Amino acid sequence: MMFETILFFAFSAVLVGAALGVVLARNPVYSALLLVVCFFNSAVIWLMLDAEFLGIVLVLVYVGAVMVLFLFVVMMLDVNLEELRKGLAGYWPIAAAVAGLMVFAILNVVITKRLGGIALHAAPPLPPGYSNTQALGEALFTRYAYPAQLAAVILLVASIAAIVLTLRHRTGVKPQNVGEQVRVSAKDRVRLVKMPSEKRP
Amino acid sequence: MITLTEVLTLSGLLFSIAVAGVFLNRKNVILLLMCIELMLLAVNFNFVAFSRFLGDINGQIFVFFILTVAAAEAAIGLAILVVLFRERRSIDVEDLDSLQG
Amino acid sequence: MESIYLTIVLAPLVAAILAGIGGRAIGRVGAQSVTILGVAISFALSALVLKRMVFDGAPTFDGPVYTWLVSDGVTMQVGFLIDHLSALMMVVVTFVSLMVHIYTIGYMHDDSGYQRFFSYISLFTFSMLMLVMANNFMQLFFGWEAVGVVSYLLIGFWYTRPSAIFASLKAFLVNRIGDFGFVLGIAAVLYYTGSLDYSTVFAHAHAIAAARLQITPTISWSAISFTCICLFIGAMGKSAQMPLHVWLPDSMEGPTPISALIHAATMVTAGIFMVARMSPLFELSNTALSTVLVIGATTSFFMGLLGVVANDIKRVIAYSTLSQLGYMTVALGASAYASAIFHLMTHAFFKALLFLAAGSVIIAMHHEQDMRKMGGLRKYLPITYWTFLIGSLALIGFPGTAGFFSKDALIEAVGRSQLPGAGYAYVCVTAGAFVTALYTFRMFFMTFHGEERMDHHTREHLHESPWVVTLPLVLLAIPSAVVGWFAIRPLLFGDFFAGSIQVAPTHDVLGAMGAEFHGPAAFLLGALGGLPVWLAAAGVACAWLFFLKRPQLADAAERRFQGLYRILVAKYGFDWFNDHVIAAGARRLGGGLWRFGDQDVIDGAMVNGSARTVGWFSSVMRNVQSGYLYHYAFAMILGLASLLMWLLWRT
Repeated sequence: MMFETILFFAFSAVLVGAALGVVLARNPVYSALLLVVCFFNSAVIWLMLDAEFLGIVLVLVYVGAVMVLFLFVVMMLDVNLEELRKGLAGYWPIAAAVAGLMVFAILNVVITKRLGGIALHAAPPLPPGYSNTQALGEALFTRYAYPAQLAAVILLVASIAAIVLTLRHRTGVKPQNVGEQVRVSAKDRVRLVKMPSEKRP
Repeated sequence: MITLTEVLTLSGLLFSIAVAGVFLNRKNVILLLMCIELMLLAVNFNFVAFSRFLGDINGQIFVFFILTVAAAEAAIGLAILVVLFRERRSIDVEDLDSLQG
Repeated sequence: MESIYLTIVLAPLVAAILAGIGGRAIGRVGAQSVTILGVAISFALSALVLKRMVFDGAPTFDGPVYTWLVSDGVTMQVGFLIDHLSALMMVVVTFVSLMVHIYTIGYMHDDSGYQRFFSYISLFTFSMLMLVMANNFMQLFFGWEAVGVVSYLLIGFWYTRPSAIFASLKAFLVNRIGDFGFVLGIAAVLYYTGSLDYSTVFAHAHAIAAARLQITPTISWSAISFTCICLFIGAMGKSAQMPLHVWLPDSMEGPTPISALIHAATMVTAGIFMVARMSPLFELSNTALSTVLVIGATTSFFMGLLGVVANDIKRVIAYSTLSQLGYMTVALGASAYASAIFHLMTHAFFKALLFLAAGSVIIAMHHEQDMRKMGGLRKYLPITYWTFLIGSLALIGFPGTAGFFSKDALIEAVGRSQLPGAGYAYVCVTAGAFVTALYTFRMFFMTFHGEERMDHHTREHLHESPWVVTLPLVLLAIPSAVVGWFAIRPLLFGDFFAGSIQVAPTHDVLGAMGAEFHGPAAFLLGALGGLPVWLAAAGVACAWLFFLKRPQLADAAERRFQGLYRILVAKYGFDWFNDHVIAAGARRLGGGLWRFGDQDVIDGAMVNGSARTVGWFSSVMRNVQSGYLYHYAFAMILGLASLLMWLLWRT
């Protein structure tokens, strides 16, 4: 069992270090990449907590989709980093104070007060033949069927919204309108005019 | 064997680091979004840990939904960011002051 | 029968509408014809109704003709109660009104508002008939207010005169005070009996008598006394009893025909009629009766005194009207309701006669009303002179005239009353006989006898008025002279009012008098030995001595009793008090409330103040709303941290 504990602490140390890196890195690209490290470590720790499905989903969804999106945007936008960095150095004491306060509060609750008396030391043993994915699927598609549908709709709305927001109508391009070309008839294009012949001046 | 206290302490540290990040990177919208992701990760840690130690699968369902919503939020947030950058050539939060009366 | 009653009421209304709205179309002659026809129909039918009731023994009619609305069990309707009391009032009202209509042709001949005037007086006749024929409080109140409105319109008839406008407003406002009490009284009646119909209310009168009105846990009033006094306050306004009398002398700003019709003969007696109609209620409260008695007695004596110093011929008659209304009120207070109504009737005749005769004098004098500029008019205006004399004799109660019978019986009835205050009232009304004679014959001598004090131009044009003016005088002089002979026995001592007026056995002064009554001639002979007749004679003699034989004596008396004279000329200071204390106080209170309450508190503190507070608050809050995302994020995180801290140290 010691091995598992050591593993947990090792991954935790990497996780905290990477999180600090995310916050402190000078370049947003580094931040994004360090965030990917954070997610990988988290996924590992979740696996150790017997939440295999969520761990894999975290890697697939976050690292595979969201973080790629972040990296893409960071790299696409030509951000003047020096400008953004300016005048922030003076803020670290207040940041440290607030963060320290929160760490103190949380640790106080968790460790000193032992969660108000519901401290749980050992995880209950899992039943034989337990599958995290199966259990999650059973819950998700029975009790949470409607919320799952709603979540799907939210994703759909979000993707449409993202497309609409970023869609740009370019001026100066002349695309074909095939439907209009098909519908057109000779009457719209050619006009026959009757004129009296004119005499030569 | 991992104990609940350890996991909760880890998530508390993560959350506090994210909060500090919000302060430190208050001008860069992309980094603010990343800090928010970090906070959500800390919260998810709690859910997973409690779910495991209480033997209740519902906590993991919550994580599932949080991931969904966070993905949607990140997509829209980044889209807004792109539009914003197109308009202003900047993602400095201090330039986003048109709400001020 | 119902259609007859409807016709009586509606004929003047239709005439008023025709003359008022179509006045321009039908012209002066059309307006006068249609209104006189309307009132004549009313009078003829009223006389027919009275004849059927009295001689043919037709039963009392009491029924609704139109239900206006039913609300929570209370029915509001137009209905008629035709008994001997209302039939008599109808005849008196329509007769005097008819006379005044005819008279108006002569008096208002040169006025540009001719059709309007006819419309108003016909409308008044309609309103007054609605009042007297009502069988419920709602309709009574309708008629009550309608006559008030018409009175207002007519006092201010010459609306270009500021004094007329002032007088009409004054009349309206003072009457509002009375109406306030009246409405409260009606509300009390409705509250205790749940009905507005006379018959139902009177049947439940004892329910009111049994109730107490809880003011504070320790103080409670008798409900019946409260109700009756409230109703009487209404009567005080309408019938000009002290201290609500101030509007009546000023109402003489209106044309003389309406002074005769409204402010002497009919409308001002509405209060008397109303109290007589409410006799089943008033009989149950000795407190209310004593109040009525004392107020009436005070009015009768002290208002009569004012007539002695007034110089305007119409004002003298106005004060005399006040005094006579006081007499009637005293009779009501003494439970001699029949006597009050009898005096009301005779007074309607002779006071209308006096006013119209005064109007005739005023026409002859080219609208000069000051008696100091008259004198010796006897030979110029013979018919006016003789009719005026008959009216004056009736007013002072000269033996044999109508006024004598009603007034002498009234004084004797008061003398027999056992109620608290009856002694004071008896002294007042008896002394009032002397005062009445004094001012009446002072006016008579100053106008018709003595040296001619008018200017030369006026004297050359003096001539008797046309027949439309003198005919009503003669027609009114006849009942003024003789009606007492026929009426005294049935009205006072018979059972004429048996169904209309209720008198408690302990209050029944007229019943006691009736036991000793042996016909009008015997009554006359008996009264000759009584005090009032000799006091009246002394009054006439004094008037002759002071104002005709030796006018310098009057001046000497005026100097001798200068304090008293000043009080009388100032009319006891009622007008001063109203102007300087009530009106000025109300203005000051209003001004104060406006400046402090409205401008400072409501406008300043509440309206503008709240706006200013919101403005100040938002200007502070604007600094918080910087519009920068990280400020909001910072606030959120601080909030989160403090929430955590609170959770931590909560326990």
